[in-house]
Amino acid sequence: MNKTPFNKILIGFAFSPNLKANVFEAMRLAEFLGAHLYFLHVGSKSPAKAKTFTEILEESPVQPKNFTVLWDEGAPIETISEQCKKNQIDLLLLGAMQRENMVKFYMGSIARKLTRNAPCSVLLMIKPSIVRKPSQHIVVNAFESKETENTIRNAFHFAQALSASKLTLVEEIDRSEVTEEADDDRGLRKVTLRKEKLKRRELSRVREILTHIPDTLKENIKIQSQSIFGTRGYSIGHYAKVVRADLLIMNSDEKRKRFLERIFPKDLEHILSELPTDVLIIKSKQNG
Amino acid sequence: MFAGFVVSLVALPLGLGLAIASEAPPIAGILSAVVGGVVVALLGGSQLTIAGPGNGLVIVLLSSITLLGGGDLYQGYLFTLAAVVLSGILIFLFGLFRFGALSEFFPASALQGMLAAIGIGILAKQAHVMLGVTTASGSPFDLLAQIPHSILYVFRNPTIEVLLAATLGVGSFLILILYSRIRNPIFHLVPAPMWVVVLAIGLTYYYEFVAAIPYPMGKNLLITLPENLLGNLPFPNFGKLGSLEFIGIVISLTLISCIESLLSIKAVDKLDPLKRRSSVNKDLRALGIATTISGFVGGLNVVTVIARSSVNINNGGSSRSANLFHALFLLLFIVLFQDQIQRIALPALAAILVYTGYRLAAPENLIMLFRIGKEQGAIYIVTLAMTLAYGLITGITFGVLATFIIHVLINKSVFFFTRNWLKPNVLMFQEEDSGSYFVSIKNFCSFLNFYKLKALLDEIPEHKHVIVDFSLCEFVDHTVMEGLSDYRRSFLSKNGVFEIIGLDVHFSDTQHPFAIRKVLPIKDFLNLGKHLTKRQKTLEILAKNLNWSYRPELSSEVNNLEQFEYFGSKQINYQYNVSFDKSEQLTLFDLSYSEGAFIAKEDLKSSFLMIRLEEKVPQFILDKEHLLASLYEPLGYRDIDFFEAPDFSRRFFLGGKNREEIKKWFTPELIFFFESHSYFYVEANENTLLIKGRDRLSSIDEIKKMLAFGKELIQILK
Repeated sequence: MNKTPFNKILIGFAFSPNLKANVFEAMRLAEFLGAHLYFLHVGSKSPAKAKTFTEILEESPVQPKNFTVLWDEGAPIETISEQCKKNQIDLLLLGAMQRENMVKFYMGSIARKLTRNAPCSVLLMIKPSIVRKPSQHIVVNAFESKETENTIRNAFHFAQALSASKLTLVEEIDRSEVTEEADDDRGLRKVTLRKEKLKRRELSRVREILTHIPDTLKENIKIQSQSIFGTRGYSIGHYAKVVRADLLIMNSDEKRKRFLERIFPKDLEHILSELPTDVLIIKSKQNG
Repeated sequence: MFAGFVVSLVALPLGLGLAIASEAPPIAGILSAVVGGVVVALLGGSQLTIAGPGNGLVIVLLSSITLLGGGDLYQGYLFTLAAVVLSGILIFLFGLFRFGALSEFFPASALQGMLAAIGIGILAKQAHVMLGVTTASGSPFDLLAQIPHSILYVFRNPTIEVLLAATLGVGSFLILILYSRIRNPIFHLVPAPMWVVVLAIGLTYYYEFVAAIPYPMGKNLLITLPENLLGNLPFPNFGKLGSLEFIGIVISLTLISCIESLLSIKAVDKLDPLKRRSSVNKDLRALGIATTISGFVGGLNVVTVIARSSVNINNGGSSRSANLFHALFLLLFIVLFQDQIQRIALPALAAILVYTGYRLAAPENLIMLFRIGKEQGAIYIVTLAMTLAYGLITGITFGVLATFIIHVLINKSVFFFTRNWLKPNVLMFQEEDSGSYFVSIKNFCSFLNFYKLKALLDEIPEHKHVIVDFSLCEFVDHTVMEGLSDYRRSFLSKNGVFEIIGLDVHFSDTQHPFAIRKVLPIKDFLNLGKHLTKRQKTLEILAKNLNWSYRPELSSEVNNLEQFEYFGSKQINYQYNVSFDKSEQLTLFDLSYSEGAFIAKEDLKSSFLMIRLEEKVPQFILDKEHLLASLYEPLGYRDIDFFEAPDFSRRFFLGGKNREEIKKWFTPELIFFFESHSYFYVEANENTLLIKGRDRLSSIDEIKKMLAFGKELIQILK
């Protein structure tokens, strides 16, 4: 098995109806990635709680080699970030916590805070299930950014580990890069030409990145590239939903510099507020 | 240039009439048409539109002139000119900042309601003038109520003066109504409004030379033009610049100008035989400049006008020069025929306006909306009533509110709209493997956010394949469905494919009854009885005897008809009485289609025969050689003549894209065939031949002749 960059995985758990599904998903993932799994419960430890949890663990058909159960008390978000730092976690799992409509909203707001605070990548699972549903199609962002290459590399690791069959690289191109307007026939032709040109540019950029990825990682995966003109961060989410992707992999937010960007939702915000599918947010680490 | 001439014939009476209806000096209407024609032709972004004074503005201008003048109409006119100048500047800015999408923020039904209100406003006032009564005044409701009174007045005072005025008015009105019924090409060379003018002027000459008595028409019913055209141009009075009324009028003028122009430009693009797309914003800028200039020289607002534009198209106009020539001809008329123009009596012009108002109010629109959905009818009526009672701005605001409230009620949630309104909700991408475009819409799509979808669709070349997916979208309103059907039309006419998917869910779901398929309502609307007419029964028997299938019902699915040049500047409504043989080689059908738009609109029904051949034939048009054959010139077709067949060359117009191939294809045998049979319009496209009967539905005998013609033609082509 390939050595993936995800060696240590942490999942926070609460005693919700989804607990079993969340735990099973986490154990499967740890198995696929060959990683050490940490379970973290934020809250007091009681014998009854510990018993329920152990029972669930034992039910799982997959039993990873190494796992640790942590119990800690404090404010959830800070505690989780704290533990991630302490244990040098590479990937934080967040399962759906409630079943109702509020799930997305609730998860989105927690995820937003955690992705900002946590020192590692975050995987949001919107539909954890007890029985394994194999991942087929992974959608990865590929817009122009320093972090993109790292994200794509990680995406390939993930795809191999989950044996996904298809990986689509989506280049979102901001409409403002097309200065022409399709007012009349001439304008339309100009817009079409300009779009073609931008697409070719993006495509060659993505091809360049792909050459840096070792061939072993690309084996058995159908790689596709798709450029979309539209609002960055929004279009890819909508696209993932349209093509019924199983996993969407994104760069973590870049530092927000300008005041305006802080106010208006950008990039990840659209995804986090809509959660079209499972989302993995890759945080590039300084050392790796 | 010919088209420009014909358009000027229409523009002259309309310009005079619209100005008079707004209580402005008659010359003001002509001035705005002249300025509009010149400026928009030079600076505009569309090819076929004609600019001039618009009927939508009559109500605003009228209230402005009476309100600002405070009784003194001439002072009011001067103040209004200032408002015109300012609104021109605003329109220019609208164009500059690309607000061309403005009209898309209004729900379609509310817009129709507003236009109907304008129509009723014009009709209510001018119906009196048409009967020769100029004293009626009051709100549109009062005016409507007074109409019976005016009719009685005519009968109670049967003096020659009163009777003549009323007869002239009613007679002119009849000409306008009956014009499209008479399909005589010579008669149709002169547009209907000009016939009215000819009648009105002719009458004065009759009295002068034949009866030799003074023209018995009241002084107040005749037009006066200024003696010296250039000498005393009125100058706008900016005295009321800051007043609230003034600002309200400027805003109304701007809004209505923009809406009327945008709707007209869109409608004209649909009629363009060359399927060009107009630059709306560029046109708005030009209209703004034209309006400002027009205001300074004493003219009214300049807008794009649909009726005159469609006359332009029908007479073979193909470039902006028609607009320019129309302006120049108008100028020429005013200079040369000043005396004759002053002979036109008001009742005749009023008849033109009443007809215009009637077409704007068109009750059939309301019936149509009720068929689409009761709520659409309700929106229409609310807007109509509010506009008549409280003016345009209030009316349209109420229309928008009513629409929104109805949408909220249907979805049982305000939150659904407020939460998702400003969020992006559309995705478009070109599939890398197939090259077709995929458009997906989330949440809801209504008049509130249709502009986002439009912006994407506008960037897709029309010859491509587009799939619009609504499966993630919970609510689609009537405005969107109507807009999409326009897109579908323009894609079809350029050989593209425009598919809408994902609406089936909505249809079965009772929570969203609003997801109407705009394309279909015609079907249940006109399919009134299950009983077949006598003609239909005979057609059925004919089909049975030939062992064909026969379907009497209406269908808006007209496969590939749009690709024929014949329908280039026409709109196809529906197809019915379709019969076809087993192999579907021959298809016989009746078709309803329309030519022109608005008051120049003519609805036609004709019988067609379509023949599918096994081999591809060169594209060509074969028509009777006549005066109007010059109509094919804009398509770039010149008559192909055969040296060896002078008779054929003299009697037929033959044109097409590839002259050499056509010449080769027309064998002497084929030429003899056409020479020896009765005339039919024949057009070939790919491997289909379209044969058209008369300009009306063909009788059974004629249909049999057409069939025989088609069958023999197939034999010869084998």
